[in-house]
Amino acid sequence: MAKKSLKVKAKAKGSAVTVKALISHPMETGLRKDKKTGKIIPAHFVQEVTAVHNGNNVLTANWSGAISKNPYLSFKFDGGKKGDTLKVSWADNKGGGDSVEAKIK
Amino acid sequence: MTMKRRMFLKGSLAAGTVGVAVGAGLLTPGSVLAAWPKAAMEAKTVDDALKGVGMSGFAQSDDIKIKAPDIAENGAVVPVTVSTSMTGVTNMAIVIAKNGTPLSSTYDLGKGAQAYISTRVKMGKTSDVMAIVKAGGKVLANKKEVKVTIGGCGG
Repeated sequence: MAKKSLKVKAKAKGSAVTVKALISHPMETGLRKDKKTGKIIPAHFVQEVTAVHNGNNVLTANWSGAISKNPYLSFKFDGGKKGDTLKVSWADNKGGGDSVEAKIK
Repeated sequence: MTMKRRMFLKGSLAAGTVGVAVGAGLLTPGSVLAAWPKAAMEAKTVDDALKGVGMSGFAQSDDIKIKAPDIAENGAVVPVTVSTSMTGVTNMAIVIAKNGTPLSSTYDLGKGAQAYISTRVKMGKTSDVMAIVKAGGKVLANKKEVKVTIGGCGG
């Protein structure tokens, strides 16, 4: 795994937490052709992103190849506070994945 | 030294086998991601895609706010933000009506999650961006047209 494939920032405002996540990923749709060889570049994209806070699965995102390269995702949830950890993980269609535990600031 | 070399060879052989298994599709991540709605993601029409994720038969609602550019110069990166003031939202989806496979993404909201999603999507050509929200068993949707000057799907 490339290092730092996932960056997560979580910020609490009252009990509402805003999370911003950035993943380094090529997000190939499987429709694009390699310009040099003319061969189709196989699909390779992030399928699932999950966020877990205190054992509670806050959000599960199911993605297709129509999400942009180096995907960005932002969402909000209630019930978090400063110092809590939020675990964000992703998995792609080739079995790759990564997870990161971010402290809520 | 010879011993070490033996062990090294064995180790690399074992690692190679796992790699081959993954490559051959023996260890597909499909089993891990059982919930991923494959049929819906590969569906070619908006109706089929929404049927696949249990979100068909939506009603128009202006309570769903879609923030997206009116004109996107680069279809490969179109920022889209969907939010709603409705309560009891359990699922959200972003659909690009004229993409080859319209369903771009779905979101399952857990306890405490607010109805707010912001991400970036690819768009093949000028199309309606639809946001579908499931709240309390009801399916509601809104749309916004985004003009694309350079497509983001295919090369």
